Amino acid sequence: ISKEQLDEDDWEDLEDNLLQADVGVAATTHIVEQLRTKSKVLGTASPDQLRNLLADELVEALSPEMDRTVRSKSTDGKPAIVMVVGVNGTGKTTTCGKLARVLVGDGNTVLMGAADTFRAAAADQLQTWGERVGVDVIRGPEQADPASVAFDAVKEGISRNVDTVLIDTAGRLHTKIGLMDELGKVGRVIAKHKPIEETLLVLDATTGQNGVVQAKVFTEVVDITGVVLTKLDGSAKGGIVISVQRELGVPVKLVGLGEGKDDLAPFDPREFVEGLLANG
Amino acid sequence: MFDTLSDRLENVFSGLRSKGRLTDADIDATAREIRIALLEADVALPVVKAFIASVKERSKGAEVSKALNPAQQVIKIVNEELVNILGGETRRLQFAKTPPTVILLAGLQGAGKTTLAGKLGKWLKAQGHSPMLVACDLQRPNAVTQLQVVGEQAGVEVYAPEPGNGVGDPVSVALNSIENAKHAMHDVVVVDTAGRTGIDQEMMQQAIGIRDAVQPNEILFVIDAMIGQDAINTAQAFRDGVGFTGVVLSKLDGDARGGAALSVRHVTGQPIMFASTGEKLDDFDVFHPERMASRILGM
Ligand SMILES: Nc1nc2c(ncn2[C@@H]2O[C@H](COP(=O)(O)OP(=O)(O)OP(=O)(O)O)[C@@H](O)[C@H]2O)c(=O)[nH]1
Ligand SMILES: Nc1nc2c(ncn2[C@@H]2O[C@H](COP(=O)(O)OP(=O)(O)OP(=O)(O)O)[C@@H](O)[C@H]2O)c(=O)[nH]1
Ligand SMILES: [K+]
Ligand SMILES: [Mg+2]
Ligand SMILES: [Mg+2]
Repeated sequence: ISKEQLDEDDWEDLEDNLLQADVGVAATTHIVEQLRTKSKVLGTASPDQLRNLLADELVEALSPEMDRTVRSKSTDGKPAIVMVVGVNGTGKTTTCGKLARVLVGDGNTVLMGAADTFRAAAADQLQTWGERVGVDVIRGPEQADPASVAFDAVKEGISRNVDTVLIDTAGRLHTKIGLMDELGKVGRVIAKHKPIEETLLVLDATTGQNGVVQAKVFTEVVDITGVVLTKLDGSAKGGIVISVQRELGVPVKLVGLGEGKDDLAPFDPREFVEGLLANG
Repeated sequence: MFDTLSDRLENVFSGLRSKGRLTDADIDATAREIRIALLEADVALPVVKAFIASVKERSKGAEVSKALNPAQQVIKIVNEELVNILGGETRRLQFAKTPPTVILLAGLQGAGKTTLAGKLGKWLKAQGHSPMLVACDLQRPNAVTQLQVVGEQAGVEVYAPEPGNGVGDPVSVALNSIENAKHAMHDVVVVDTAGRTGIDQEMMQQAIGIRDAVQPNEILFVIDAMIGQDAINTAQAFRDGVGFTGVVLSKLDGDARGGAALSVRHVTGQPIMFASTGEKLDDFDVFHPERMASRILGM
């Protein structure tokens, strides 16, 4: 027999669900309050109805109307520049490789620039990805200035007349001022050639409340235009992106679903919400 | 918004006329603030609930009602409980009676395992050991190259008979590494493995295969301090899968509160042994429970 009445336990379950998906206290409280009002108006009676209402509310919170296409074509006759940034180990290099694969599959010509000159074997890793997906990689000498490698990659992309140049950057914690300045410089030096079409912030789905601060600080040095949520194939739900999207005012554009070359997909708010509310 | 738990609680208590006694309502209000602080620090919800229950219990006791400043007293209780959970009995690495001692590293993708292998290598060498690093991540692009570079930086030998990038069997590399270490007189072997999610059965099985091949003295579970609520699921999955004897918290040089430390410790009971605090090989320390407690509370 299904319950006819919602009780406080139902509300608590719902709140717990959101908190355990990393939606965060403030966003959860806000969403639950909205929902209480709506459910009163609509006379929601069963936990199932409530869950559906919540799903709609979450999709709404993710602004489904936003344009989520990756700007991989430019209108200025030069290649579009896509730069990939984020804290350590989130999946930037892998995302470059997977994105290159998608772009090539769509008939684009692509070049990648290995502007992570710091981390052990980072350029080799990007090179391996390049070989996997059939894309050339521009790299500089070890410990080279990342901005100059990025500059060279863009220059080469222009002279080869490719459609897109993907720039992989080193992972850096947003708390490291020197490294954040360095990233700002990479952006400015590229801009001497031409504007950057897309700067993607790569966020790991396991990230908790720190994700919002990361997003805030990265936007202070580069102009973030989209978020990539990686590692959604694991048990983490990635609920922090709700606050991150709100904070940045830019959409999540892509999701990483594994380590293989085809494990990149467009972000679909409804699908994401279903995953977030699913048990386990 | 209040920045620290201390501020939050002072605010709760400032509304009270008599500071000498806490009513049940005061304690509930206090518990709510602690709950928010812990959740914002990424402590997993079930752990928060258990923690609050025990703090509530103690807050009703005499030590608080007799205190001159109940807010400070409650904070002290919270802090003590945190240190208790985080610290427990701190212990050192277990070394084998007959060398080599084997340390196996495991964890999610990108957690900091390979970097830690270099750090441990350097640290062990400085203590007079003769460590060897073993490249058992044959999956992630250039994980082998990365370990070789890190080993070189640490001045430590790297056993990497297979090129990786999908070529080679990690279990047989693991197996052969032990004979190799014995021949070359290495007394500690640090085995780097591929990152894997807690729900990838096949990859977890591979980790178990590596474990059984090397019979480790220590299995260190490496976890990123920025991880959120999933810490609890992942820790349980690794505990039930490959298993672990200790925890290393990485990327503590950021500003994440690191509530995962509490979650992992709470659900597995395994001690947090080391803190990784940067990308360089010296950015590594033994774990300090008191510092971690203050950090989680934002104090
Ligand atoms: N399961 C899973 N693993 C991923 C995904 N994306 C990346 N990874 C793995 O995460 C680890 C880190 O990925 P990288 O691409 O090296 O991350 P990064 O951000 O470039 O790292 P740094 O350059 O060191 O900051 C690797 O083991 C990847 O294979 C994903 O969507 N799912
Ligand atoms: N800031 C900071 N970065 C770290 C720390 N430990 C590791 N890193 C960085 O985090 C990223 C991932 O580190 P790895 O050692 O490659 O992680 P991993 O667990 O071996 O990754 P996979 O093999 O892909 O699963 C690299 O950019 C490292 O430099 C740390 O304590 N602090
Ligand atoms: K998931
Ligand atoms: Mg990288
Ligand atoms: Mg590794």
